Amino acid sequence: MKIVIINYGAGNIQSIRFAIERLGYDAILSNDVEEIKSADKVIFPGVGEASSAMKMLKATGLDTVIPTLTQPVLGICLGMQLMCKYSEEGDTTGLGVFDVDVKRFENIVKVPQIGWNQISGLGSKIFNNVKEGAYMYLVHSYYAPLTKETIATTEYGIQYSTALQKANFYGVQFHPEKSSTDGAQILENFLNL
Amino acid sequence: MLAKRIVPCLDIKNGRTVKGVNFVDLRDAGDPVELAKKYAATGADELVFLDISATEERRRTLVNLVRDVAAQVNIPFTVGGGISSVEDVDILLQNGADKVSINSSAVKRPQLVNELSQKFGSQCVVVAIDAKKIDGEWIVHLVGGKVPTELNLFDWAKEVEERGAGEILFTSMNNDGTKDGFANDALARLSEELNIPIIASGGAGNVQHFIDTFKDGKADAALAASVFHFQEIEIPDLKQELKKQGIPVRL
Repeated sequence: MKIVIINYGAGNIQSIRFAIERLGYDAILSNDVEEIKSADKVIFPGVGEASSAMKMLKATGLDTVIPTLTQPVLGICLGMQLMCKYSEEGDTTGLGVFDVDVKRFENIVKVPQIGWNQISGLGSKIFNNVKEGAYMYLVHSYYAPLTKETIATTEYGIQYSTALQKANFYGVQFHPEKSSTDGAQILENFLNL
Repeated sequence: MLAKRIVPCLDIKNGRTVKGVNFVDLRDAGDPVELAKKYAATGADELVFLDISATEERRRTLVNLVRDVAAQVNIPFTVGGGISSVEDVDILLQNGADKVSINSSAVKRPQLVNELSQKFGSQCVVVAIDAKKIDGEWIVHLVGGKVPTELNLFDWAKEVEERGAGEILFTSMNNDGTKDGFANDALARLSEELNIPIIASGGAGNVQHFIDTFKDGKADAALAASVFHFQEIEIPDLKQELKKQGIPVRL
């Protein structure tokens, strides 16, 4: 299986590669369009600020490639947010895979949300063998509201989407690569799609 | 519900854990990776590695350690000690650290907090503050509490929040090493005045201290070293007890 982690300069991609290696697979880090297109599974990571990450994507031309991919694609954290239509962070137009606008948490809760929170309403094969209410590691100030594409929710002041799916595109707000054995299970489920 | 975090802290010197590690069931308790794996497996939510080496090879040694931990441990970790530039942080994050913690370097050059949060995002910038209560006022100290500054704890914490810190790691020098409990009054005030997570540090001696710091101190996370390293408190037992007290924890 050819697994490509999109390497466009945003964030902690070593951790994702290591998590995949712990599952017994190898992953390639690449920003090459042909390499990405020919992968069996594509992981779209991202940590940092939305508008600068989007600029880096545009600089490599990946902003037009990612939405046309046909194999399973997993956006993680900012990767998931960039797959949405729009983000309040840096007034950023996203890739528009998911039909939802990303908003900032209101200051009724501490921002960023940092730590382990529960995922519920699990509605996808990527959650096979993961229990309702499992804890995932999250670090974020912006969130995707609930939509028809929501496949997992989390409560932090409000209920929001911690995972989205549309056709072959999956997005998770949490970090499966840092979320202990349940996180590893979700990554493995994705790789087995 | 967002869980309260339990955070063991490992002091690192030249790539090895120092002082106070006494794990009977580890082949090599001086190996930070072995210890980190053990803590991850027993339910630690996060780890902090504090590098206290002062050698010329320290950066290379630390980067190798970070890489080994990231390769083998499946929970997040923070690296601190001697970090003073954007380049220092870049190499640590690139090798798999999730967050970095800065302390004296932020006091010396507060703009560093802005630079790091703009480049890498607030979520990976932890500002560690050591403070001591002197004549009723909490004064920020440097060099492990030895050198007083002009800064008031609450003013400084507010300032680094505004500069983009994502979290505060507050160590009370009055409580550190006492095993007499955390500085819950100061912690609660930090939590009320700031809108970023607060990690309590200094004073953990028993399970009740953790209950108190989450309830009275309103802490988001509690950090400790020796009570875990000497197995005076086992993390699974601690978390069971916290749960019984109605404190949300990841089990």
